Amino acid sequence: MSATADTLGLEVPPRPGLSRRLVRNPTITVGAAILALILLIGLAAPLLTSIDPAQINPVYRNKTPGTTEIVRRDDGTKTTVTHWMGTDSLGRDVYSRVVYGARASLLVGAAVAVISISIGLVIGLVGGYIRWLDAVVMRIMDGLMAIPAILLAIAVVSLSKAGLVAVIVAIVIPEIPRVVRLVRSVVLSIREEPYVEAAISVGTRTPLLLVRHVLPNTIAPLIVQATYIAASAILIEAILSFLGVGIPPETPTWGNIMAEGRTLFRVFPHNILYPGIFLALTVLAVNMLGDGLRDTLDPRMRKAL
Amino acid sequence: MSAPVLEIRNLTVTLPRGADRVHAIKGVDLTVDRGEIVCLVGESGSGKSVIAHAVMGLLTKGLSATGGDIRLTGENLLTADASRLRELRCTRMSMIFQEPMTALNPVMRCGDQIDEVLATHTDLAPHARREKVLDIVRAVHLLEPERMIASYPHQISGGQRQRIMIAMALVLEPALLIADEPTTALDVTTQAQILALIRELQRAHGTGVLFITHDFGVVAEIADRVAVLRGGELVEFGRTAGLLAAPRHDYTRMLIASVPSLVPRHRDEVTAPVVLATTGMTKTYAAGGWFNRSRDAVPAAADVTLSIRQGETLGIVGESGSGKSTVARCIARLIEPTQGRIVVGDTDFASISRAQLHALRRRVQIVFQDPYRSLNPRRTVGQAIVEGPMNYGASAGDAMVRARNLMELVRLDPKSLDRFPHQFSGGQRQRICIARALAMEPAVLIADEAVSALDVSVQAQVLALLDEIRQRLNLAMLFITHDLRVAAQVCDRVAVMSKGRVVEYGTVRDVFAHPHHDYTKALLAAAPGRGWDFSEGRARPVPR
Repeated sequence: MSATADTLGLEVPPRPGLSRRLVRNPTITVGAAILALILLIGLAAPLLTSIDPAQINPVYRNKTPGTTEIVRRDDGTKTTVTHWMGTDSLGRDVYSRVVYGARASLLVGAAVAVISISIGLVIGLVGGYIRWLDAVVMRIMDGLMAIPAILLAIAVVSLSKAGLVAVIVAIVIPEIPRVVRLVRSVVLSIREEPYVEAAISVGTRTPLLLVRHVLPNTIAPLIVQATYIAASAILIEAILSFLGVGIPPETPTWGNIMAEGRTLFRVFPHNILYPGIFLALTVLAVNMLGDGLRDTLDPRMRKAL
Repeated sequence: MSAPVLEIRNLTVTLPRGADRVHAIKGVDLTVDRGEIVCLVGESGSGKSVIAHAVMGLLTKGLSATGGDIRLTGENLLTADASRLRELRCTRMSMIFQEPMTALNPVMRCGDQIDEVLATHTDLAPHARREKVLDIVRAVHLLEPERMIASYPHQISGGQRQRIMIAMALVLEPALLIADEPTTALDVTTQAQILALIRELQRAHGTGVLFITHDFGVVAEIADRVAVLRGGELVEFGRTAGLLAAPRHDYTRMLIASVPSLVPRHRDEVTAPVVLATTGMTKTYAAGGWFNRSRDAVPAAADVTLSIRQGETLGIVGESGSGKSTVARCIARLIEPTQGRIVVGDTDFASISRAQLHALRRRVQIVFQDPYRSLNPRRTVGQAIVEGPMNYGASAGDAMVRARNLMELVRLDPKSLDRFPHQFSGGQRQRICIARALAMEPAVLIADEAVSALDVSVQAQVLALLDEIRQRLNLAMLFITHDLRVAAQVCDRVAVMSKGRVVEYGTVRDVFAHPHHDYTKALLAAAPGRGWDFSEGRARPVPR
């Protein structure tokens, strides 16, 4: 028995698995729970409200939360509808707009995170590993980074049709350099590791080397970065919509609802209050998730024994 | 006879729960008398440093002394409170550390750091303190003391930094000096000077020294008494000459037997054909960036001309920065040589294109120093070994069969191929790295300080393995090391490098017995413990 112990080495005390550590972190659990709830709200929007979020009702303009409306159906029956969050200046139900608005926000957040990480990862890997490309790539990235997201968005929207795609493109472009810098810094330290040199000397070609030995090291910091990107994208989308250069105003997004309510804010604050709460809660949840993931995935942040 | 300076009785330090053993050290008895040097030897994880930290009251959180007592000139340190310990440090006991760069504050001038000790513990006036600082800096033989105390740690060399550390530790003439591997991070010639300095100051002031080391050469050099530690327990404690000549415990015997001898082993001349030859190989790093290229170009290796025959081991020895590793990496084409030829078989390796290089790469393989970083932690041992052959078109099945055979060749269980590197010890990882290199069926195997990070007993095993493999596979081996003892045992011929140049090149026997170059002479003279023959267990005449 002792001979096998000698050949196999000391048994390393089992470290709690990654999934266990993730679940144990209260910041992650709370953040993920809130986010899951909002995602659920977005997905189940048609079940949560019977009112079309785009339906204009001039009679019931600017009603305060809790106002009930009697709707006469085509077959003559009457039903009572309660506007839980009031209505806006066109008589649209704020509650159903907020519920549907979750879709746009989450979609923009997720799409921007995925797209900017994918593009940035490829550029960062190649730029960080192939030295002569690095100087060129990084100067381009510096240039992109110097463009303010909101001005770029205004430019993109004015060049093309305003819409979801334009907004996503406008937010993705300035995010890419941040991802590239992060990936590049990881690549620069990993490429000096002896195991990378060992892989070179056993003849592993560069693309495989990058995917097999370098890429896995970037995953953990990128997951964390993705959450921060998602949170900032949700905010920027809301800002763009609020400024009127984002998604067209008839589409319910939290930014659009707030933009709509801006003029009558002093009299009817609910138009801004409710979408604002949801926006803040979502961004908070995503950031909490990111902080928790960073603490768990980044060994340098882990508390010493 | 006066009472001992340091008296450790039945000391036990408990590790936090979940560690690999219950006690970091268990029931250790140790004394250090006035004016003597006690060496504490042991392999990594034996608890040497824990003892030092326990004495200084610097145990890390989670560790606590749970039994026994530590008396410094009669005063119990384990019951002393934090403020008393603070008073005692530097005044009655001091410590110097392994890495002088991190032990000194990088943003404070060296003089100010010594002065801080005086300001904290004495009420001398500033000019008196300055005099005392200059005195101690002179006492540690630093030239230009005025300039030294005005320098920041990064402006001076490693040896100088260690001297500043020693000055700091001894400025208040403590009764006890604890030295925790103080020369391990230093080059061998610097190490010899620092050892001599510690010896000299300790004699002059009658300081008791607890010297922690893993190197029996250092022990033979300076120790009055030796304590051998294994797994937290003291296995043997006695006078140096007696213990080295006639170790009572099997473990001590094994440790001493593992110390490679400085006397080169007899080797037959190798007459097989040359497999690798370099001519005038030079690697220059251009200083500066895009705009000031070609200014101050530093040659890391200059005009290196070497050759290795089949079945032969060529050693490259030298201190850090001498260009040994640059040569290795140029030959493995991990970096491009600036000039010169590297001929492997009949191809010039230095000038072929990338595509041709891919086909030829497998002929030169390399094993690196750090076993913890040379395997990708995310990939299993099996994946690491088969990666190379599969890059050259071997099928997964064939490569796996080969990996199993190689695991047996390096004496590891083939069943552990699906394990991850962190499940292996340092020595085992190094075996895995050797297996990975051999999977390529190379003509030349480069071992770049491949045993330097290993404990001496593990080092002996890995060296034996490398030698066996070289013979069995008739490999040419390029063995890079800073350790002359290792070079004496494994190499047929040796090249001594200094400042990027080969200053001496010949058979190990000739170079070790009749060094010509001054640098080689200095290097050999500095080898710790050269006055002791570890295989015979007696002092041996030191060739002058």
